[in-house]
This record gives sequence, C-alpha cells and structure tokens, in this order.
Amino acid sequence: METKNIMIVGVGGQGTLLASRILGGITRQAGFDVKISEVHGMAQRGGSVVTYVRYGEHVSEPIVEEGCADVLIAFERLEALRYAHFLKKDGVIIVNDQRMDPMPVAVGMAEYPENIIEDLKEKHHVVSVDAKALASQIGNPRVFNTVIIGVAAKRMDFAKEDWIKVIGETVPPKTVEINQRAFEAGYEL
Amino acid sequence: MSKEYAGTKIMMLGNAALARGAYEAGVKVSAAYPGTPSTEISENLVKYKDEVYAEWSPNEKVAMEVAIGASISGVRAMASMKHVGVNVASDPLYTISYSGVNGGLVLVAADDPGIYSSQNEQDSRMVARAAMVPVIEPSDSEEARVFIKRAFELSEEYDTPIIVRETTRLAHSQGLVNLEERVCPEDKPYEKNIAKNVMMPANAIKRHLVVEERLNKMALDANTLDLNRAEYRDTKIGVITSGIPYQYVREALPEASVLKLGLVHPLPKKLIQEFASKVDTLYIVEELEPVIEEQVKSWGIQAIGKEIFTVQGEYSANMLRRAILGQEVECDVPAQVPARPPILCPGCPHRSVYSVLKKLKIHAAGDIGCYTLGAVAPLSVVDTTVCMGASISNLHGMEKAKGKDYVKNWVAVIGDSTFLHTGVNSLMNMVYNKATGTVVILDNSTTGMTGHQDHAATGKTLMGDTTYMINLYHLCKAMGIEHVYEVDAFDLEELERLLKQETQREEVSVIITKSQCALLKTFVPKGKCIVDPEKCKKCGMCVASGCPAMHKAKDGTVEIDPVMCNGCGLCMNSCKFGAISLLENK
Repeated sequence: METKNIMIVGVGGQGTLLASRILGGITRQAGFDVKISEVHGMAQRGGSVVTYVRYGEHVSEPIVEEGCADVLIAFERLEALRYAHFLKKDGVIIVNDQRMDPMPVAVGMAEYPENIIEDLKEKHHVVSVDAKALASQIGNPRVFNTVIIGVAAKRMDFAKEDWIKVIGETVPPKTVEINQRAFEAGYEL
Repeated sequence: MSKEYAGTKIMMLGNAALARGAYEAGVKVSAAYPGTPSTEISENLVKYKDEVYAEWSPNEKVAMEVAIGASISGVRAMASMKHVGVNVASDPLYTISYSGVNGGLVLVAADDPGIYSSQNEQDSRMVARAAMVPVIEPSDSEEARVFIKRAFELSEEYDTPIIVRETTRLAHSQGLVNLEERVCPEDKPYEKNIAKNVMMPANAIKRHLVVEERLNKMALDANTLDLNRAEYRDTKIGVITSGIPYQYVREALPEASVLKLGLVHPLPKKLIQEFASKVDTLYIVEELEPVIEEQVKSWGIQAIGKEIFTVQGEYSANMLRRAILGQEVECDVPAQVPARPPILCPGCPHRSVYSVLKKLKIHAAGDIGCYTLGAVAPLSVVDTTVCMGASISNLHGMEKAKGKDYVKNWVAVIGDSTFLHTGVNSLMNMVYNKATGTVVILDNSTTGMTGHQDHAATGKTLMGDTTYMINLYHLCKAMGIEHVYEVDAFDLEELERLLKQETQREEVSVIITKSQCALLKTFVPKGKCIVDPEKCKKCGMCVASGCPAMHKAKDGTVEIDPVMCNGCGLCMNSCKFGAISLLENK
C-alpha cells in the first residue's frame, strides 16, 4: 500500500502531541511502519504547531509535504487554512470550529480571516466540529482533542475498538474514561 | 507508555532512542544542560536511573567536564547538549580530544536546522573538525540507538571522544526501535598517566601529533567501517548523504545510488572516490554547511552540492525533486494568513514584570529562555538577545561604553536557570568592575522553555531526589551586592517602586522577581478572571500585555477564555474601570 500521510496542526499547548501519540499507537497496532515528527520547544508556547504522521509498509521521510496529506486534522480554524495546501486533491480536512486569535490579530496588526470553513469547503472535503462544546457537554472542555480524534477516526481505516484500546493505553490513567467518552462523541457525530 | 523490554519493538523519539542506546551500551554517567532539541535524551535516561547516573549540570561546560571525569575514572560516560551548548563546552572538548579517553566518551550534539528553537543554526560538524573529534550521524530512531552504541565502542578503540550529531528532525521524530539488553563492560582500571591526562605544553605538543595520527588511521579504517554503506542501484545519479537527509534522498530518488555515511568525520576517501567513479552525476546532500562537499571537492572529485541546495533550514524530498529532477509537486498556493508566533502563556509571571518595564519605558538587555518572547509585540520590551548569560555582561558593556547615566533606563533580564548557567559569572564581573546597572532575575522556579527541568535552585535533581537549594538572594549577597530584593512578580506597585529606585542607584542592584511558571505541575491557579461586559469601556488596556487567553469581541468588549485563563489577575489590575474580577477557586 502507498504510505498514508496525516497532519495534525494547531496552537502550541492545545494537545496535538497526545493526538499524534494516539495515531502512532493505532497505526503501530495494525502492524505498519510508522514515523511521527513533532514540534517541541519554543513553538509550544502558543505558536503554530504541526505534527506529521506517516504510515505504510516502509516509511523513509518523517515529514509530510505540500500537496501530499491524505488527512489534515486541524485543532483551530486559522491553522486549517494555514496548512490546507498540504492536502492532496482528494484529501480530507477535519477542523475544530474554534477561533484562537494569534497575537498579530489580538493587537490589531492583522485580521482574522472570515468564513474559513466555507472557503475551505469550496476546494476540499471538510468535516467541521465544535469539539469544545461537545467536550464541555461530556464534562471537561479539555478533552476536546480526543473528540477531534474521534471525528477523524471515523474517516480512517481502523476498527473503533482498536482506537478505544489505544486511547486507554495512551492517556493518563485517571482520564481514560472521560477520554474514551470524548472519542465516542466525536466518532458518533 | 510502552514497557521497554529487550526483544520488543516500540515507537521512540530519536532522543529516547539515543538514551536507550547509551543505556544498552552500558553508560554509567550522563550530564547535560537542557536545550532544545537535546533535552529528552536526559529525561529518558533517568528511566534507567537504577543503573545510570544522570544529572542536570548548571551549564554544558560543566556537563562535559563531568562526563570527562567519569571517562578518566574508567566508565562509559556521555554529555548531551544543543549546538550552541557545544560552544559553551568547546573548551574542555578541544582538549579532551588531545588526552583521549579511558571509558568510552560520547558527546551528543543536537543541531537545529530551520531554527525551531535556537538563536542560530550553526553546524556542529564544523566544531568537530576544528576539535579533531570524530562525528557519527544516525538517520532515524533505530540508527540512533545502534550508532550511539558503536560510538562508545569506537571511542574506546581509537582512544577519542566521539560526537554523535543529530538534528531537530531526528531528535523529535518517532520511529520503530528494536530493544536489546544492556551490556555493561567492566570498568577500566584507572592508571595514572600524566603525559596523557595533564595537558600542559610539553605533553600537549606530543598529544597533538597523536590526534593527527588517530584521525588519519580512522579515515583509512572508515573505508570499510560498518557505519558507512554504499547502496548501488541505478548509477545515473549518485548521492553522498548522511543523517536525516538520507531519508529525503530515499523518498525523492528511490532508484538512485546512495553512499550513506554514518561516520561523517573523518571521511572515507577511498570509498568516496570509488562511489564517485561508478555514478554519472554525483550530488552531495547535507543540511547546513558544505562540510562533506568541500572535502570531497578538494580531492578533485566532481560533484554538485550547494550550487543548487541551500545552506539554510531543513531539506525535504520535494526540495530535492525540485532541485535535482526539476519536478514541481502540484499543490494549492498557500493561503495568506496572519502569522502565529510563540508567545508567553496565560498567567506567565514574565508578562507581569514586562508590563511594568514597558510602562516605565525601560530597555532590557535580554537572555535565552521563555522570557526572550518579551521581544514580541505587543510587549516588545526586550532589546537584545545573544546567548546564555549575555544579558548581564551586555548591560555592563553598555555602561562602560556610555557611562552610568546611560544605563539608568536599562536593566538586564535573565531567568533563574540561565542565571545559574552563566549569568553568575557576568554578575561577578559587574561587582568587580564597579558597575551600577540593575539586574532582574525572573525566577519562575524552573527551566521553562525546554519543558520544565530542575536546576540548582529548585531543590530537586534530574533523578528526582530532594537536594540543597541554592538561594539566589544569598548568592547575590555573597558577591557583596548590597541591594538585593525579592519581590512577587505580580506585585505591580512594589515592582514599579523598586525598578524606579534601583535603576537610578549608582551601585549594582539585583531584583529577584518570584512566581512559579504557570505550567508547572505544582502551580495552583488562584481562580479565573471574568469580564463584566457592562463595565467594560473597550479601552484595550487589559489586552495590551498580550495575554493569549484574552481577545476583543466584535463589539470591542474583552472576552477571557475560561479554559486558558490561569487567574494571574494582571488584566484585572490594569483595568481602570473595575470591569474584570477574579472568580477565586474554592
């Protein structure tokens, strides 16, 4: 099979690294060769962050490049737009319908683009979700990242039980239950 | 977290794999100072703390010297650091190259092409060549594990320290790793050998020749060394490469022949000549400086390198397709979107101190850490950043150039960890040479930017033990500085009073601003700040300090994200209309 390319993008501190660990776990469990490339350090302080996950029979390059991503999982709208050109023609965007103003916008030096999701939909297959609202309903807005994973999982080739098992193995023991419920909520959307 | 048993295959970060490899090689002592992208090596080594001693040293020079001491005593030892840390450690490195080792000695140097989290993108291979130290470079996590083991063996075989060089992309990529048992060689006996271990002129001049011979021998042996590998496929294109760029070459040119170098210094001349003779067009693909290329070309071998490849940033398969094959990958034009630079976190005590400096229009000679982000709008407080510890000495230089009055609207700002790294020396210099400047130590009880490592003033070691806690106040006092103050970083009034008073004082003074980093596990937020939209006059004073938890709604009123807010109250204190209040945690 051809190597699959997944990108997780968001704002430093949003929990994209946890999402990549879950993806690493699920692809590994299915017996694939996997490479994951992460951003640590300065950008984790509220900057734009990107994680690449590649899996297949044999993976060389650890990064996903422009025009090559099968799935783009965006934790924030503007970040979806920033990285949309990484998608393949038939690629899918899963986007958390949340706005976080970057500092140039917050201080009035730049404008936050309007209608991001509508514009993306013109060119790409887009699934948007208000993950924070869903997570709040479940009882903790902080597990919104697992909700997004649930939405993405529905559009990938792994069994639901396997995802739930991997989440159980990946998240801190005290938060397994709420994360699994968050995943379900996203998956069933 | 997966259980790490020999015989299993698990996903590991490049840095975790380096730690694992060192563990399997029987390393007994490791010393390091945190620095992206090297930090996780030590953080992973402590998983084996029953068998490996690992420490955070105050700086890279100390770490290197600790590792050297351990090697001299006869055990396998390592130091790990980021590229700019290698500069700090270069003094002992250049000389231990002369002495050689007893137990295997490895320095992991982590370069940062693309400057993800650094102040420059220097190439550690250049340092290694100058220091005459061999360099080994892995291409993925599994090679990281295997190559560092070979590094310990070769270090002992050739009686030399060895640099294992990685880059950010290797350090922070996960790949599959096969775990093996730890095999701990017996400690080597220590034998007093003054001619080898005391580098004074008469001894060093002889050792210099030994080093040259050693490198020559290693270069010859490199032609058949297992770390170097010629992969012959189609011979129209041949590529010499190493490290992470090897992966890009394989991705972009799967049919091309590749000479993959695991030992990148010294180079295997015969192997390279042979490879070059068998391919039609030879490319040399290496990120950053043309280190391999210049040597290969100096031997009269025709090759294409930096004529078409950049010296800046990271490479990629698409970049190689474009440069070598002239192929463009089809993709949409990137959208024009506002940048999202990193910023200080909600509840960060640095923001509070900077808001006062900004109000008083005081310039800041800056340093390396999260607080470098005080240079970013809207704060824009920090004037300079050079390297660890430079804030204090830069301020001193300004005063000596322009006089006492000039520095009355300047301070040096430096974090607690950075102060202990090299700031202490600079402060000593200020005292000794009769400076009058003001130093602000931003004490947030951790090494923040690299992900919260302990240091000599936190009371905890890397191994997790409770230890002595160096008291910054008493340390400054002990230097003879009369005016040393400790102040709560969020006490705006007192901070303002002290800054006004001390910058005018014609003596050295130190203001230690204290408040825990809001990301520390032990941090307990006071509550959440909330806005009363009725009272909000939309003046924007509260957002002027650039808290990412706050933003202006369409109608101009301010909203605070309750998940992000850490309840520091800085916005509340800057609101003149009482529109923000703190909803205290019960």
